[in-house]
Amino acid sequence: MEPVKEVAGRAIPFGRKNVDTDVIIPAHWLKTITRDGLGRGAFEALRQDPDNLFDSPEFKGSPILIAGDNFGCGSSREHAAWALLDLGITAVIAPSFSDIFSGNAFKNGILTVVLPQAAIDRLMEVAQTDPVTIDLESQTVTTPFQDRFSFEIDPFRKHCLLNGLDEVGLTLARGDAISDYENKSAGETPWLAKGVAA
Amino acid sequence: MQASPEIGQWLANCAALWLSAHMAHTPRTLYDKIWDAHVVERRDDGTCLIYIDRHLVHEVTSPQAFESLRAAGRKVRRPDLTLAVPDHNLPTTARRDAAGQRIPIADPESAQQLAALERNAPEFGIRLIGDADVEQGIVHVVGPEQGFSLPGATIVCGDSHTACHGGLGALAFGIGTSEVEHVLATQTLLLKQSKNMEVRVEGELGAGVTAKDVVLHICGVLGASGGTGYVIEYTGSAIRSLSLEGRLTVSNMAIEHGARAGLIAPDETTFAYLKGRPFAPKGEEWDKAVAWWRSLATDPGAKYDKVVVIDAADIVPSVTWGTSPEDVVPITGVVPAPESFTDPSKQQAAQKSLDYMGLTPGQRLEEVEVQNVFIGSCTNSRIEDLRAAAAVIKGRKKADNVRWAIVVPGSGLVKRQAEEEGLDRIFIEAGIEWREPGCSACLAMNPDKVPAGERCASTSNRNFVGRQGPGARTHLVSPAMAAAAAVTGKLTDVRKLTSA
Repeated sequence: MEPVKEVAGRAIPFGRKNVDTDVIIPAHWLKTITRDGLGRGAFEALRQDPDNLFDSPEFKGSPILIAGDNFGCGSSREHAAWALLDLGITAVIAPSFSDIFSGNAFKNGILTVVLPQAAIDRLMEVAQTDPVTIDLESQTVTTPFQDRFSFEIDPFRKHCLLNGLDEVGLTLARGDAISDYENKSAGETPWLAKGVAA
Repeated sequence: MQASPEIGQWLANCAALWLSAHMAHTPRTLYDKIWDAHVVERRDDGTCLIYIDRHLVHEVTSPQAFESLRAAGRKVRRPDLTLAVPDHNLPTTARRDAAGQRIPIADPESAQQLAALERNAPEFGIRLIGDADVEQGIVHVVGPEQGFSLPGATIVCGDSHTACHGGLGALAFGIGTSEVEHVLATQTLLLKQSKNMEVRVEGELGAGVTAKDVVLHICGVLGASGGTGYVIEYTGSAIRSLSLEGRLTVSNMAIEHGARAGLIAPDETTFAYLKGRPFAPKGEEWDKAVAWWRSLATDPGAKYDKVVVIDAADIVPSVTWGTSPEDVVPITGVVPAPESFTDPSKQQAAQKSLDYMGLTPGQRLEEVEVQNVFIGSCTNSRIEDLRAAAAVIKGRKKADNVRWAIVVPGSGLVKRQAEEEGLDRIFIEAGIEWREPGCSACLAMNPDKVPAGERCASTSNRNFVGRQGPGARTHLVSPAMAAAAAVTGKLTDVRKLTSA
């Protein structure tokens, strides 16, 4: 994974609440067996409107999306994260995210920045005309107008993002600890350790 | 993660010491106990490496995970703890011709995804329940039915309705494809423990009120994000009184209020359901397992971070009017006006929902005509659900304005049992189609779709925009309510059909 340090540029002032992953990428786009090319299906229903933000000359290709509460709720489809990436979006700012979506975003190097509604309102205003900068190291969102909003991020996620670390590789290195657990579990709860081999 | 293995081990030892010192005294919830039993390692920031006991794999969210494993030359750590079942893309029409030959799947992309699972499972040594097997069905129906899903287990699947298995008292949750890959490669996940919420439903459920109405009501009370950051334990006499199937229905929709997982403590109902299932423990091991399952119940005095108490008497047969599962009203109610919500963004969302749904404020739900009825999905496709629907339909006919009504059993075994009980005849004689098992019109990835602008009374779990097909208008209801809508042609209070 590529390291992520900063996301800067125009931010799409979307603002909508409870955006579910069916809205981000409808189910008929899930039939792919690769991660690529899902940008075409991203926000498909909304983009039927010729005046939609995502295809407007001003916001097309913008790296940041500003949304309302509970962004990414619903289905666990990681295709939602892949679709955003393919659209060029590498950061989403919202008052809250669904747990599954924020995990999927993180694993694909998309920053999910949680800010209070008042900060969101201000950024929505700025985004109409000017760029926004998210700096991961300092955990801040800034604008050309001296706005500066701090955000929280899980230290482990921050470390992985800044260094572009592969989580599967990190965990595989803990193989001995996993084996120890398996040995213990085979003694304590043998019915769980017992598999259903092919 | 950069720490040397020695430091990692030391931290793990410290954590183990700390836990053993505290656990004996601190009362714990069911969730705490399952979590603690699955910690492989605890990092100093609170992140834990959690062992996964059971991994269900289907065709939609796994191809990219297997592809990444192949590219990195990685193996599946515990193929024996993994079970692959195709469900999302499968057509629900006949799959074999008279000669027993497979009927090709018309959609090339669906066919490709199904073929990928059929290739990947054997290549990585994973057991596959294929489309020709009588055990095939929706993963969340198959897991409990086969005894693959067990109380106290950690269960994951690349599907948000994995929360379903919490009805057995398993810690079960949906994951994304990168996490599917992580579990395949390591049999673990890196997680932070969620907060504990108790949703207690006390009292006796009224006539015609089902598990689906209970969980729809909870969705209305908590809202679509009210459970975000929590694992919810459903407790109280109304929950205890539910059958195991009903408990799976409730826990299934935990994700619809944003919760990571739902849980219902295992009890005699759970044990009776599991005993004798193909993969359930047997003999002496069964007795040990039951003793362990009993010990998982939340300790008296354990602290929940949040408690919500619901009076069962407040729950009536329910229906959704909007495009979020939180948009719930009693069937006796009316479509709300956007102004009735205090939150301005909810007012806007409600207006958009009403436009999409083609409803007007003040309209009585019971006057809303439906053109489609879908009885199925991981929420409501078990034998009890089909019995409830058949009981309403028996001796009646599908209304003329209902263009399309289908019953999609959750698995081949549910289908077989329903046929043994003659339920299929009741549906077919009423003009309702009897299909092969799968996810079907819940999310319309296969050919089963609701046309744009038409309404569907659906026993599924999501009424999102376009969920059942582009432009489709979904009203979530219980199986009995869906059956009532099928025979009257409009959303109907099922109690009017059954009380006489």
